[in-house]
Amino acid sequence: MVRPEIRSGYRVTIGIECHVQLKTKTKLFSAVGNDAREAPANTLISHIDLGMPGALPVLNEAAVVLASRAAFALGTKPQPFSKFDRKHYFYPDLPNGYQITQFYDPIIKGGVVTFDVAGEQRQVRIHEAHLEADAGKSTHPVGRDYSLVDLNRAGTPLLEIVSEPDIHSSEDARAYARELYLLVRYADVSDASLYYGNMRFDVNVSVSKTDELGTRTETKNLNSFRSVEKAAEYEIDRQIALLESGEAVVQETRGWDDSKQETFSQRGKEEAHDYRYMPDPDLPPIVLSDDMIAEFQKSMPLLPNIYRDVLKHLGLDLATIETLIDSPANTKLVKNVLDESDAQHAKRVANWLVNVSTEDDDDSQQSDNRVSAEAAIKLSKMVSDNKLSSTSAKEIWQEILVQGGDPEALAQSKNLLQVSDQGEIASIVQAVLAENPKAAEDIKNGEMKAIGFLVGQVMKQSKGKANPTLAQAVIKAQLGL
Amino acid sequence: MISQWDSIADTADQVLTGQVSATELVQRSLSTIADKQEYNAVIATIAERANERAKEIDTRVAAGEEVGRLAGVPFVAKDNFLAFGAETTAASNILKGFDAPYQATAIERLEAEGAICVAKANLDAFAHGSSTENSDFMTTSNPHDKNKVPGGSSGGSAASVILDMAPFALGTDTGGSIRLPASFCGAVGYKPTYGLVSRSGVVAMASSTDVIGPLTRTVEDAAIVMDVIAGRDPLDSTTIDRDEVSYTSLPNNLAGQKIGIIKEYMTDGLEQAVRDRINESVEKLRTAGAELVEVSLPSIELALACYYIIMPAEVSSNLSRYDGQRYGFSHPEAATLDQSYNWSRSEGFGNEAKRRIMIGTYVLSSGYYDAYYNKAQKLRTRLIDEFNSAFSRVDFLLGPTAPTTAFDIGANIEDPLQMYLTDIMTVAANLVGIPGISIPAGQAGGMPVGLQLLAPQRKDRELLGLASETEKILV
Repeated sequence: MVRPEIRSGYRVTIGIECHVQLKTKTKLFSAVGNDAREAPANTLISHIDLGMPGALPVLNEAAVVLASRAAFALGTKPQPFSKFDRKHYFYPDLPNGYQITQFYDPIIKGGVVTFDVAGEQRQVRIHEAHLEADAGKSTHPVGRDYSLVDLNRAGTPLLEIVSEPDIHSSEDARAYARELYLLVRYADVSDASLYYGNMRFDVNVSVSKTDELGTRTETKNLNSFRSVEKAAEYEIDRQIALLESGEAVVQETRGWDDSKQETFSQRGKEEAHDYRYMPDPDLPPIVLSDDMIAEFQKSMPLLPNIYRDVLKHLGLDLATIETLIDSPANTKLVKNVLDESDAQHAKRVANWLVNVSTEDDDDSQQSDNRVSAEAAIKLSKMVSDNKLSSTSAKEIWQEILVQGGDPEALAQSKNLLQVSDQGEIASIVQAVLAENPKAAEDIKNGEMKAIGFLVGQVMKQSKGKANPTLAQAVIKAQLGL
Repeated sequence: MISQWDSIADTADQVLTGQVSATELVQRSLSTIADKQEYNAVIATIAERANERAKEIDTRVAAGEEVGRLAGVPFVAKDNFLAFGAETTAASNILKGFDAPYQATAIERLEAEGAICVAKANLDAFAHGSSTENSDFMTTSNPHDKNKVPGGSSGGSAASVILDMAPFALGTDTGGSIRLPASFCGAVGYKPTYGLVSRSGVVAMASSTDVIGPLTRTVEDAAIVMDVIAGRDPLDSTTIDRDEVSYTSLPNNLAGQKIGIIKEYMTDGLEQAVRDRINESVEKLRTAGAELVEVSLPSIELALACYYIIMPAEVSSNLSRYDGQRYGFSHPEAATLDQSYNWSRSEGFGNEAKRRIMIGTYVLSSGYYDAYYNKAQKLRTRLIDEFNSAFSRVDFLLGPTAPTTAFDIGANIEDPLQMYLTDIMTVAANLVGIPGISIPAGQAGGMPVGLQLLAPQRKDRELLGLASETEKILV
């Protein structure tokens, strides 16, 4: 570790390239299924994905729509004119010998991502974002003299989002990565499952004591926010240590070893490819009219910062807001509850949701909420109307969240409905007062804390179904207070 | 030359009315191919599948079913078309043994109208050449003189038509590869507007100039084939809408047509006898009432240089997929991935493919891209402007298809630059994307001369009309 006083003498500069897998039904250039998660190897392929002679790419319009949405999510508009280029290199999982990407005229130019880190606003400008086809997957079985290639992923549409070097700490790098994740999920551009590698980050780090940028390294293929932060942190320390000992930072591509929590050298600059970019003559340019762009904009879902404002107005604290924000389904539910009822119910539902939210890096169990705003409001109203204790409400909430269903019917079948019948409670209170004359006397003498004990006795006798507020009122009434 | 084939329309009509069977036509085709084997026009026949299809067509005709406007008509496809029933090699060692898993759209459309592919024609490997001498397998002979080349790269296709093997053949034209062999063999060769015929299923050479078209004995035959294969294809995003009117419904008026003679094509390096035939054609057109004027396209002299940058760039990219990993030739002794790449490609590609890969790789390299590729693209834009401006003054353009008649086999093989010059009068149309046609305009020294006619983009029907009328007065 570099000592803080030495470290503070350096300015850290970080830029991030992020690959996002777009949630189209079919691949970018072929009419083959795009969901390679569970498919046996080499079953989602066509003559186009295999790079057969005479095969021509045909652009999937859905990918253009999603990229356009991403443009709005990144605070800009899609370009009215963009086109595809070929990036050449030989590798067995790249069947054509070139990747189709957008080098000269990307679909997104500019943009900005705005987010908070510990209450302070950060802005990271977007340099550009381009559409490209993913390569296949190579595996190299240990101890074997062959490698295996699976082309199911070949041709999957990716959007590569390239930031400007506007990030200056590993913590901010993590926050930026998370914000991109939120943006593409809220914009409904990508499933963005980190678990399935739908989002991958390449982190460019340099350090310098002057205004001039230092030599940078690029650590590739990070697949969690934590590894983005750790890899950046590791590189900052490593580079400063090198410079402090009089050595130079080598411009290179590095990998991340998650078990050792270290970056390692993969490829030096001298081994860098000349990709021989060339316009792809098989694909006409993407031309978007003003009307089309306006149409895309109209169909934009609400973005995280809008929801953050909504949640802030409910009086929720920052930690609760950020936990909720991790799930678009949750925030949408809270907003729907707000729109269809009021802030009191929305806040209660928000708090229920936070208690069952998962960690931000573990999104393998992503699923939509089964609970409707209508059911959530109904459940919340039962609490407000004293029909259900808050403990019982949480129990029912857990159930309808997973299985759906009507909260009232569920409360009834579980025998959780509170007794709010004055007469019934009055007779229980009568019995309890008779059994506990000392406590009754204490209360009369002004020792109000004993009332809690009596309410507890009423709850016990009613097997938890008595409405505690009502019980307290009846106790006071019977004691003449 | 009297042909054993009637016009395509008449032949199909005879099949549909039961005067001749598709099986007989396929037999006629296959036996002619066998008789004229020594010309090396054909790499492989598709006998089994052709006979099966013929039988099926005959059954359907007998049953009174709809069969199509090319019922039973045999044809030959250049071996860079993916087709069932025989290997698709593009005359290259690296694709030897490749069985196509799907068919070219052009083949599919012809088959849908009842045509039957009987053989795969020889070509310069990957269509790289102007003589078929660059075929990795064999050199095709000119039907008029066995010691001369048939032109290229669709040399096998042009020769097969003139050798009477089939009523028509399919070719591809990237820089002149349909028109040039048509000129050298005395056939009609039609290069449509870029994008009018789908490239899907055709081994790519230079994607931005590749087009597909017919080689036939008459313009009428070329028109009917065009009418079947033209039009948008969801498998090729560069295809364009076809003419709503049938390409067989041709304008037949020569009088008043304004035709520009390309000045730059009538000067340097043009063989005298070829010039004479072109001048005679011009006079005949004048006599028929057409208005002929000289038109200058100054940048056309740079077209060849421009073409030999853009084309190899695209070739180097398009040939990347032939890496010995998934199909085609893979070096059996390679022990590592790098060896597999290097050895498979070194042995699988011929000299011309390697030459173009190297030139293309060079012009696309970082640091050279702007000096070569980008500059060539700018010149291409200027050429397009000059042609547009010419076409604002005239309806069509005219010139020779090639500066010479067919040359001797071996004459240019050691001199790639001299060979490239053969394309000098054809490449501009490819760079500009306009339609062009070569039709026979007599002979010089016993060898055919081709007259080239060019039209603005999408004026294919008009061009076929002009060519059809011109053909009548030249015969």
